[in-house]
Amino acid sequence: MVKTTLVRGLKCRLCGKSYAQEPINFCSDDFGPLEVDYDYAAIAQQVRRQDVEKRPFTMWRYRELLPLDGEPTVGLHVGGTPLLPAPRLAEALGVRRLWIKNDAVNFPTLSFKDRVVAVALSKAREFGFDTVGCASTGNLANSVAANAAAAGLRAYILVPAEIELAKIIGTQVYGAHLIRVRGTYDQVNRLCTQIAFKYGWGLVNINLRPFYAEGSKSMGFEIAEQLGWRLPQHVVVPMAGGSLIGKIHKAFQELQQLGWVAPQRYRVHGAQASGCAPISTAVKNGWDTHRPVKSPQTIARSLAIGDPADGYFAIRVIRETGGWAEDASDEEIAEAMTLLAETEGVFAETAGGVTLAVARKLIDQGHISRDEEIVLCITGNGLKTQEALYGVLKEAPSIAPRLEEFEQLLEAGQSTVAPVRLADKQLALVQ
Amino acid sequence: MAIAVQIPSPLRIHTQGHETVLGQGQTVGQVLDDVTRQFPELRQRLFDGNQIRRFVNVYLNDEDIRFLDNLDTPVKDGDQISIIPAVAGG
Repeated sequence: MVKTTLVRGLKCRLCGKSYAQEPINFCSDDFGPLEVDYDYAAIAQQVRRQDVEKRPFTMWRYRELLPLDGEPTVGLHVGGTPLLPAPRLAEALGVRRLWIKNDAVNFPTLSFKDRVVAVALSKAREFGFDTVGCASTGNLANSVAANAAAAGLRAYILVPAEIELAKIIGTQVYGAHLIRVRGTYDQVNRLCTQIAFKYGWGLVNINLRPFYAEGSKSMGFEIAEQLGWRLPQHVVVPMAGGSLIGKIHKAFQELQQLGWVAPQRYRVHGAQASGCAPISTAVKNGWDTHRPVKSPQTIARSLAIGDPADGYFAIRVIRETGGWAEDASDEEIAEAMTLLAETEGVFAETAGGVTLAVARKLIDQGHISRDEEIVLCITGNGLKTQEALYGVLKEAPSIAPRLEEFEQLLEAGQSTVAPVRLADKQLALVQ
Repeated sequence: MAIAVQIPSPLRIHTQGHETVLGQGQTVGQVLDDVTRQFPELRQRLFDGNQIRRFVNVYLNDEDIRFLDNLDTPVKDGDQISIIPAVAGG
């Protein structure tokens, strides 16, 4: 496959200055973010929608729109996650057409981060790095660790000291060098920027960031293809650094530009946790730039980025598409996690609770019309953030292995692990 | 009072290779004004008019100056200012 010609290089998103493909993330003139610059005319000539459809259902079926020079070498099975129709959740929310893009079952580490890491580490190999790493709130740590292990790359991973246990174990098990930093994510990020300069490693969300971030587009491509090559009217996206929301928008733009989907108006909405809501606060107040949050306080630790690198662009995408942003309290997040699980059998992490809780607010506020088609982006798996539900779910009753004890329980209307409202329904069916 | 300003490696081309340069002043802004007088090429890269550029973060010791008093934040002997690109993470 001749692919080299499809990427022209990198380009500053502020001043447009061009750079060759290098492991750099910002413009030396104005510090603006660098973005991959594609030759769309060449892409349109080289690949058609029908070609894509014949390929295996992974993120790499859209490889001409991802910034590798050669074939991917890391994360070959990433992507291709389900787009689930969600009729029971739709009924609970009072909407007609609702879908869940379920990256909670992405391979190998159960979050959308596998997409960005697959691109970043394939690119790291093209650049010749033998050591990679990242600053992470947890999901990225898991993905870099797993994919680096499989690729035989050394990994240094820095996280805030206080993240969920599953995300710590789910990093160390792969043999990565995990370093817990006593500080906020933003402090971890700053340290990683200094490390990237000093050691010359391939840090996926620092000096490899322009390539890394492109991987998120595959979530948008898949949504459109799974809908039958068309765009939804609304998409609700969780926001931490604010990159994913922009890349889903970019994916939709590219598909329209290539003529793979019909042009259609869509609104992109952003979701944050109330304890760390710099972007949604800016949107709601009409600000152009977010104000950083010094000390995030939320159970949605994967979204606890107080100074989002793409905050400025996320605000713009939301505004330009006619979307909106909201935020959800810890209580609303946990409640939404159980609602999603009970209605659709999807156990999302706290960020998924944020997305659903915010979607509900946007529907109730009228920002999302009840008659229009909605896609919720679920980006991570609930098994990694079980702490968030401690004290929310009732303790399951314990009985002796005797039928009469079971029957006593039924008579008493005791619930098992499920909250009472569903247990009642279940009992009604049994009786 | 001379305050040390740490320069990230991509900008050292404009400070004759120096990793740390010294600037005089009573506030972060005054120190940066002095440093960019010594190394004029730095000025347009760090500032848009009188404001720090959107994707430049400035720290006084370990604190982002946006959580202090921005460029008006007072400095004292022994303080260190760091300039860090903001486009990272997430």
